Amino acid sequence: MKVWQCVVCGFIYDEAVGLAAEGIKPGTKWADIPENWACPDCGVAKADFEMVEL
Amino acid sequence: MKPAVVLGSGLAGYTLVRELRKLDRDVPITLITRDSGDYYSKPMLSNAFAQGKTAANLVITTASAMAGQLGCSLLPHTDVLHIDRERRQLRTASGVIGYERLVLALGADPIRLPLQGDAAAAVKSVNDLADYAVFRGAIENAKHIAIIGGGLIGCEFANDLASAGYAVTVIDPTAYPLSGLMPESAGKQLLAPLAALGVACRFGVAVKAVNKHAAGYALTLTDDSMLHCDAVLSAVGLRPRIGLAQSAGLAVNRGILVDAQLRSSDAAIFALGDCAEIEGRVLPYVLPIMHAARALAQVLSGNDVRVEFPAMPVVVKTSAHPIAVLPVTRDAVGDWKLLANGHGIKLGFVDAQDQLAGFVLTGEYATERNAMSKQLGTIVAR
Repeated sequence: MKVWQCVVCGFIYDEAVGLAAEGIKPGTKWADIPENWACPDCGVAKADFEMVEL
Repeated sequence: MKPAVVLGSGLAGYTLVRELRKLDRDVPITLITRDSGDYYSKPMLSNAFAQGKTAANLVITTASAMAGQLGCSLLPHTDVLHIDRERRQLRTASGVIGYERLVLALGADPIRLPLQGDAAAAVKSVNDLADYAVFRGAIENAKHIAIIGGGLIGCEFANDLASAGYAVTVIDPTAYPLSGLMPESAGKQLLAPLAALGVACRFGVAVKAVNKHAAGYALTLTDDSMLHCDAVLSAVGLRPRIGLAQSAGLAVNRGILVDAQLRSSDAAIFALGDCAEIEGRVLPYVLPIMHAARALAQVLSGNDVRVEFPAMPVVVKTSAHPIAVLPVTRDAVGDWKLLANGHGIKLGFVDAQDQLAGFVLTGEYATERNAMSKQLGTIVAR
């Protein structure tokens, strides 16, 4: 399980946790999130997230 | 080979370099900034107090790590004094630097209202990480903070500072919060949730004077009432930094004038971000910067690309009552129509062709931003 961070606003997506508010189940891999998904905090594209070690 | 030189290390400058590197690993890039060059998230400046973050905590990547990752030379704390367009050279405080192409990502300055009083100069504004550090120091022992301006940044700071335990008063001469972005029925949705957090709202009055009073300040308002506080934050808007471009003879208006390829009146000089006026529009939010940076990276790589902006909703990070808005221009023809009214409000702007052209989503509806964006241009029953 990996963690990804929005380079614009710092929003964190944790694969282990998912994102209940957007119907993304815990354990959803980053690669399986649709390409047109946008950061829930600042709206930038999925491409503007980077993998981070936390 | 002379480098591509980028002036500015904010979101615009760094995003442009990141996008350019994706397309071209070899072009030499020099980034010059008057700041430290540390990369941080500007949207976080207005919701960092509640999280107890110091300026140092907000640095995502240090300047030297950014330079390493992006393969560029970085000159921090360097003021550019003049652009010599004929020689394609920049005069800086630490010498002359040549450029092949120049990108201006200079940002904007907070607008300062002309205030009377002996403490007008003590009014703070927060538009970058260094400002944040100064303001954080200034309110260390404060209890009550006055915020001048009830627009997006003022409301976000009010929400954030109140969540961090401060008493906050927002003062704004307009009739209701966020009046520049949405109609009254939507903007006033913020009033009760902010009040519940401990934010006092004084709309319809302006600040006339700021004077020293005991250990803090006394504000005189236009209705001649007084307000005492320990610190004053001004959040009344931004003015694009055009001075450097103007003195070099580039075409400017409110911002540095550029076309859809982000090119200024000099074919070797480009601009994006808060300093730019792109085909007549100053677009001071995150999403336009990302789109402009991607397009400009293509242009600088020799591709014939024009920036296209999709629907770009603005998110107001007021956690007490979140809001997403796709504003319409002041001269847009049409009507705001109430679409839903529960814990918050949903409004759509219906244009002369009966099509959805804008929206405001507050409270429980704020999460419907993407779904609403997809409905733009569809016919709405009146």
